[in-house]
Amino acid sequence: MIEAKGLTKRYGATVAVDNLSFEVKPGRVTGFLGPNGAGKSTTMRMILGLDTPTSGEVTIDGQRYRDLHRPLTKVGALLDAKWVHPNRSARAHLTWMAASNKLPKSSVDKALDMVGLTSVANKRAGAFSLGMSQRLGIAGALLGDPEVLLFDEPVNGLDPEGIVWIRTFMHRLADEGRTVLVSSHLLSEMALTAEDLVVIGRGKLISQSTTQEFVDRASGTTVKVRTPQLDQFAGVLNEQHLVTRIEDVEDQGKVLFVEGDLSTDQIGEAAAAHGIVLHELTLQRGSLEQAFMQMTGDSVEYHAHEEIAAVTSLDAPDAAEVAAGPKEDN
Amino acid sequence: MSVIAVERIKLFSTRSPWWCMIVAAVLTVGFAALTTGFLKGAEEQQATIFITQPGAQLSQMVMMVMAALAVTTEYRFGTIRTSFQAVPQRAALLLGKTAVVAFLAGVIGLIASFGAWGIGTLFASNADLSINTGAEWRLLAGQGLVFSISAVFAVAVGILIRQSAGAIAILILWPLLVENLVNLIPKVGDDLARWAPFANGSSFLNQGQDFGLAGQGAGGSDFALSPWWALLYFAGWAAALMTIALVSASKRDA
Repeated sequence: MIEAKGLTKRYGATVAVDNLSFEVKPGRVTGFLGPNGAGKSTTMRMILGLDTPTSGEVTIDGQRYRDLHRPLTKVGALLDAKWVHPNRSARAHLTWMAASNKLPKSSVDKALDMVGLTSVANKRAGAFSLGMSQRLGIAGALLGDPEVLLFDEPVNGLDPEGIVWIRTFMHRLADEGRTVLVSSHLLSEMALTAEDLVVIGRGKLISQSTTQEFVDRASGTTVKVRTPQLDQFAGVLNEQHLVTRIEDVEDQGKVLFVEGDLSTDQIGEAAAAHGIVLHELTLQRGSLEQAFMQMTGDSVEYHAHEEIAAVTSLDAPDAAEVAAGPKEDN
Repeated sequence: MSVIAVERIKLFSTRSPWWCMIVAAVLTVGFAALTTGFLKGAEEQQATIFITQPGAQLSQMVMMVMAALAVTTEYRFGTIRTSFQAVPQRAALLLGKTAVVAFLAGVIGLIASFGAWGIGTLFASNADLSINTGAEWRLLAGQGLVFSISAVFAVAVGILIRQSAGAIAILILWPLLVENLVNLIPKVGDDLARWAPFANGSSFLNQGQDFGLAGQGAGGSDFALSPWWALLYFAGWAAALMTIALVSASKRDA
């Protein structure tokens, strides 16, 4: 189990990680989600003792990384696939890593075999494609057969085949009872890979929950109603204690949105009972991406204001509001 | 001792250390061939062991470059993070690297000095180049020690600078230029030069040598310390610099 308590990292005036506390449980794949620059890599470097926290601490089964004896047998990590000497062969790279933790020579062959690099083991790592480098990094992480595994953006830049391979691999590792922490800035990827989610933005914890909970919360539904008797119908619904809001939608004039995961059946029946004319009655589901952007939007380091605004108004005007619900919960 | 094994595997699994070592050995031996090969008659008879060693400083530089690169390439390619991840006791890891590099530099120093002497005895066969005095043994065997200590110096600079070009520039400019230029400073210049680290390294080698053809004072004449104290002083500098480097590497973010 990985446990962070009040983890903070400052670089001069910049706060990269701000009082971050979370837990990563064994036997599951935990996604570490946040926009670029949210502090994911910094946090992972602190877990591995590469960077020293300004305050707070992070432990692995109660021990700080720097106090671990033969750490590769406890924690395997792939933070950057390029951290290999380009003129050293894949086998030599793994051989020195194995020697550093007194691992048997056979562990090198085993790791190479596990990621399918045996045939190119004696080639220089500098000639590897990104996918092969990524596999070499994973081989390094698996070398000591560790209980805890950390991967920083492992699918970045990979082709679909590589992405599927990594995804399946993570699940296999978790099924073997290991603790797996995978960072990503892609929510859709995490929804497929991770069972738990730790979401951060600007170095702060935004939410920690199972992926299912996060998705349910984030992608709640609203019912969109177009009617000439807008105010009257809103009043009717409000009497039934339903949350409504009226918005100006381009080309459609004023539109009524009903929140609270209702079905169109209920709204339609209510309209009929009060003799309300309906022009449109549709169920709208918020997209995960929209929800994620809304939740972390305030915490993106470098805003692209116009783009985000454009996407919000064009595709899913409701998603923004949908996401506002879970945001308050936090 | 696993850190020794680690650094040995790292060093020998890339090509550039091999080239550095070969070049370092060849340079001293080659220079000895040049300085002794063309001597004739009376000149040949005046050749001394000192005459066979002019390439040594160049070889020493090459080994320092190799030593510095052993660290700076790790920073360049990010493998230092993989290393610290595998061995979080950073000082132990870096000391392992220092030990491996210093040992190799020492071996190359010995190969270079005795190789050069061997070539000298071959080319200037009419001169008396037999190793008789303690000073002569110190000149040849001592080269190994000076190479080792220089390598420690270079690793320390590499750890502190973390960047190949910068580290190499310092390692070459310091002994070749800075230590000579301080001479020019009025009043304190002479003292500064006498107490400079690399000056003491060569003072250890050169004191009491028969400079012969190279002319009097070719190996310096103004020594601050007796040979072995000079070596210790040089080693002290290397140790101090290494301590600063290890403390700094342990504290800062990798």
